[in-house]
Amino acid sequence: MTTTMKPQAQESSVRRFRTWWNSLPRPQQWAGVIPIVVLIYALPVLNPPFLTTEPNVFFPISMFKASVLVLVALGLNVVVGQAGLLDLGYVGFYAVGAYVAALFTSRDSVLHKLPYLATLPLAMVVTMVFGLILGMPTLRLRGDYLAIVTLGFGEIVRLLATLIPALKGLVGFQDVGHPPGTQANGQPIFTTTNGTAWYWLMVSIIIVILLFIGNLERSRVGRAWVAIREDEDAAQMMGVSTFSFKLAAFAIGAAIGGLSGALFAGQNGFQNNQDFGVNFSVLYLAAVILGGSGNKVGVMIGAFIVSYIPDRFNNLGSQKFLVFGIALIVLMIFRPQGLLGARQRLLAKGRTAYLTLVGRPEQLSSDSALVGEKGDDA
Amino acid sequence: MTERSPDVPAEGGIVAEVAHMTEAERSEHFSEVAEVVAPEREIAVEVGETLLEVRDVTLRFGGLVALDSVSFGIRRGEILGLIGPNGAGKTTCFNVMTGVYRPTSGQVLLEGALLGRRKRYQITRLGLARTFQNIRLFGEMTALENVVVGVDARHKTGVLGALVRSPRHHREEREVVEKASALLEFVGIADRAADKARNLPYGYQRRLEIARALATEPKLLCLDEPAAGFNPAEKEDLMGLIRKIRDDGYTVLLIEHDMRLVMGVTDRIVVLEFGKKIADGLPAEIRDNPAVIAAYLGVPDDGVA
Amino acid sequence: MHPITLFLADDNSWITFNVPAFKALFWPNTFNGLAYGAIYSLIAMGYTLVYGVLRLINFAHSEVFISGAYAVFFTLSFLGFGPFIPSISLLSLIGDLLLACIAAMVVSGIVAVLLERVAYRPLRKRNAPPLVFLITAIGASFTIQYLIEWWRGATAEQSVIMFKPQAIFTVFGADIDNQQLTIFFAAIVLMIVVDQFISRTRFGRGIRAVAQDPDTATLMGVNKERVIMLTFLIGGLLAGAASLFYIMRVPSGVQYNGGFNLGIQAFAAAVLGGIGNIRGAMLGGLLIGLIGNYGQTLLGNSQWSAVIAFIALVVILMFRPTGILGESLGKARV
Repeated sequence: MTTTMKPQAQESSVRRFRTWWNSLPRPQQWAGVIPIVVLIYALPVLNPPFLTTEPNVFFPISMFKASVLVLVALGLNVVVGQAGLLDLGYVGFYAVGAYVAALFTSRDSVLHKLPYLATLPLAMVVTMVFGLILGMPTLRLRGDYLAIVTLGFGEIVRLLATLIPALKGLVGFQDVGHPPGTQANGQPIFTTTNGTAWYWLMVSIIIVILLFIGNLERSRVGRAWVAIREDEDAAQMMGVSTFSFKLAAFAIGAAIGGLSGALFAGQNGFQNNQDFGVNFSVLYLAAVILGGSGNKVGVMIGAFIVSYIPDRFNNLGSQKFLVFGIALIVLMIFRPQGLLGARQRLLAKGRTAYLTLVGRPEQLSSDSALVGEKGDDA
Repeated sequence: MTERSPDVPAEGGIVAEVAHMTEAERSEHFSEVAEVVAPEREIAVEVGETLLEVRDVTLRFGGLVALDSVSFGIRRGEILGLIGPNGAGKTTCFNVMTGVYRPTSGQVLLEGALLGRRKRYQITRLGLARTFQNIRLFGEMTALENVVVGVDARHKTGVLGALVRSPRHHREEREVVEKASALLEFVGIADRAADKARNLPYGYQRRLEIARALATEPKLLCLDEPAAGFNPAEKEDLMGLIRKIRDDGYTVLLIEHDMRLVMGVTDRIVVLEFGKKIADGLPAEIRDNPAVIAAYLGVPDDGVA
Repeated sequence: MHPITLFLADDNSWITFNVPAFKALFWPNTFNGLAYGAIYSLIAMGYTLVYGVLRLINFAHSEVFISGAYAVFFTLSFLGFGPFIPSISLLSLIGDLLLACIAAMVVSGIVAVLLERVAYRPLRKRNAPPLVFLITAIGASFTIQYLIEWWRGATAEQSVIMFKPQAIFTVFGADIDNQQLTIFFAAIVLMIVVDQFISRTRFGRGIRAVAQDPDTATLMGVNKERVIMLTFLIGGLLAGAASLFYIMRVPSGVQYNGGFNLGIQAFAAAVLGGIGNIRGAMLGGLLIGLIGNYGQTLLGNSQWSAVIAFIALVVILMFRPTGILGESLGKARV
C-alpha cells in the first residue's frame, strides 16, 4: 500500500444517473423497479422480434438458460466480487447440485426418491457442505493457491462424475424430477419444453436470492467482505474475523451454485457428465467480471450477455469460449471494473445517516477493487 | 430511523448546523459527541495503574536482534511516547505489542493477562487498536463506512441475522451509524463523511484512520507516526485531538519523530536505541538525558546539548 | 433412506481399490512414473520460474506447452512420421527428433514471450492488483486453446509415433525401455542446465534478484523487463522440450485442450516441491508422476491420476504450504 490514495475522475452520465437514483426515497425506487420486473416476467411470452433467438433456439428456453446463468453469476459474485476470492471451480458446485437433484428424483438412481422441490434445499445444503469442506483448509492460503485449488475441485467433480460408476458418467440419469402441477390437459406444467414456466420459477427464485444478498451486503457481513477484499490485513487489525467471513462467502456462493444446478437439471430432465468442464467455470467468471464484479445488477447483465449472445448469433458455437477468453484479457487491460463496476451500499441505515450528517446522499463512483492505484484516470 | 435529532436539517445536515451554532451551543454539542465516543468497556485496572506491560521482550529475526530485553509499562489514562532514532526498533516493538509479531522471548500483558498466541482480530477485540504508518484505509468505502467497520468489531450480527434482518441486526445497524457519525465529528472530518476514503485529503485520511481505530473501543490506542506529512498547524491540531482522546477516557501510545509534538503532548516517554530501552521518564527528564541526546545527535564535543 | 457408502464392484458402486494390480505393477509404474514425472518437472519449472519472478500463476503455460506439441506434430508429419512405426536409421531418427525438439522449443518460446508482452505487460504497466493478473491468465489460457480449436477442430490430431519402445533393462522384474530412459535423462540434463544457468550466470543472478526484490534489482542496474522476458522464454523452451517427450510417450496427445490436464498436474508438482524453487519443481514433478501412476492402477482408470494430483496438492498445502523444499527463488510474499 502506498502512503496516499489517489482521487478519481469526475462524474460521468452513468454516475449522474446513479446519484439521482439514489437520492430518491425507497418507495419511489420500488415504484420504478416494478415495471421492469413485470417486463422481465413477460419476456418469453412477448418474444420481441429484435430480441428473439428463434429460429436457432426456442426463446423461452434461451431465456431460462440465461436466468440460470444469472443465478450462477449472483452466487459466484458473492465469492469473487464480494469477498474477493478467486474461485475457478464454481462449476463443481453447480454439478453437485445438479447431481443431487438427479440422484434423488431420477428413476435410474438407486437412492430413495424425494419430491423434486425438496431436492432444491437439499442441493443447497449438500453443496454448502462441500463448500465448507473445500474452504476450511484452503481459505487460509494465499489467493493464488485458492484459485488453483478451486480449479482442482471443479475438475475433480467432473472427473468423479465419469469415474464413479454410481454416477453413471456419460449415460447419465433420465427423468429428473420437476415441480408439481398439471395443466388442464393432464400434462405436467414443468416439462422440458415448457421454458416459460421454468423461467418464471427461476425469476422468482432470483428475486428472493437478490433480496437475501442485498440484506447481507448492507450488514456487518457485507462490510466485512468489502474490508477483506480491500485490505485483508488491515481488516484483521480492525477486528474482522477474516477467515470465518471468507468461509461464509464461500459456503453461500456454493449453495447458490448448487441451487442453479438443481434447477437446470430439472428443466433439462436429463443429467450426465458433460458440460461441467473448466471452460464453464471460466465462462461464469467472465459473466461476473464483464458485468462488474461486486455489483449485483452488473453481474446479472453480464450473465445475460454471456448466455444470450451465443444463442442469438448461433454460428458462434464453441467459439463463445474464444470470444469470452479474449474479452477477459481485453477487459482486464482496459476496464477491469466491468460494465457497471458500481460501488455497493454497505449500511442498512445509510441513507438517513448521510442525509442527517451531511445533508446529501453518499457519493458514488463506478470503480471496484479490481482497479489498481493508477486506475484509468491517472 | 436514527434518533440523532428531532429536526433533521434539510440542507447540509448536522455539519452545516454546527457551523451556524453559537460557541455555547457548539461546545454543548461536542460534549454530547464526546460522550457517545467515550469508551464504555469495563477495564480491570484503575486509572494510573499499569494497563499494558511489556516484560523482557526480545525479538530476533534470524541473527538480527531487533528488540533486546525491552521492559516498560503503560498506565491507564496516560499518553506514552515511544521514540528513538531510525532503526531503533520502535515499529517492531509496536508490532509486538499489537500482536503482529510474536516475541522470541518475553511477554506482553494486557490488564495482567498474557496476549499469547491469539489471532490479530482477537487482539483488536481484546482492546488493542492501531493506526498505520502508511495509511491503510478501505479506499472504496466512504469515511463513514470505514469507521463503521471498526464499530462492527464490537458487534455480533452474523450471516443468519443479516439474512433475515433480525432485531439485533436492526439495533446494531442503528448503533454503528450513530457511533460512527459521532466519531467522525469527534475527529473533525464529518463534513466529508459521504466521500470515498480514497478521495479524501491527506489530513482527513490520517484522522479517519484514528477514528476507525477508536471505533473498536480500544483499551489502548496505538498511533504509528500519526503526524507524518503534516505541517506545523496540522500538528498542533493533531496534538489537540490526541489530548481530547485521552481526556475522553482512552489511553494512548504514540510513536513519533517530531520532538516538539512528542514533548508537547505526552505524559511519559520511553526511548529505544538499537533495540534496547535507554530511558524512561517525564518529557523534561528525557530532554536533558545525556544518553538520549547521544543517541540522536551523537556525543556532543563539549558535553553541552 | 438407503445407506450411501457402498464398496461393491458393480454398476452402482462408488469407489473400488484394485490392490492386487497395484502390487503386481508397482515397479513398472515406478519407472513409468519417473518418466512422466520428468515431463511434469520440465513443465513445472516454467510455472515455478514465472511465479518466483512475478508472483503470478501463469495459467496459460499449459497452452505454451501444447503449442510446442503442435510444432512437434507438424514437424514430424512433414518429415513423414505418422500412426505407424517408422523404419529409418537411428541417425535419421535422432536428427528428426532434434529438429522436432528445436521446432517445439522455438514455438513454445515464442508463444510464451508473446503471452507476456500482450497479456501481462500492459497489466504491470497499470499496476493491476493480483486478482486481475489471475483473471487475465485464465483468459489467455482459454483464448489460445480455443484459437487452436477454431483452427484445427476439437478432435485430436493423427498420432505421430517416433519409435517403438524397446526394453533395455529389466529391474525388479519390470522392463525399462529406451523411451523412458531418453525422456528421463534428457529431462534431467535440461533441468541441470537451467539450474546452473540460474545459479551461476549473470542472467541467472538477474532472475534471482528480480524474484527477491524487483525494485532494488532495478536500482542495481538489472533490466527488469528483459529478465521477465527471459524467465518466460526459459519456461517456454523447457515446455517445448517437454512436449516432445510427451508426444513420444503419448503419440495421440496433440489436441487443443491437451495441455490443460498436464498443466494442472505440473502446477501441483511445482507447489508440492515449493513454488519458486527450481529444484522443488524437479522433485515435485517426479513425485506427482509416481503418485499419478500408482493411483491410476489402484483405482483402475487413468483419469484418476489428475484427481489424485489435486488431492495431493490440497493435502500438501494444508500441512506444508511452502512445499517440500520450501519457497526459495525469491521469498514469496504473504
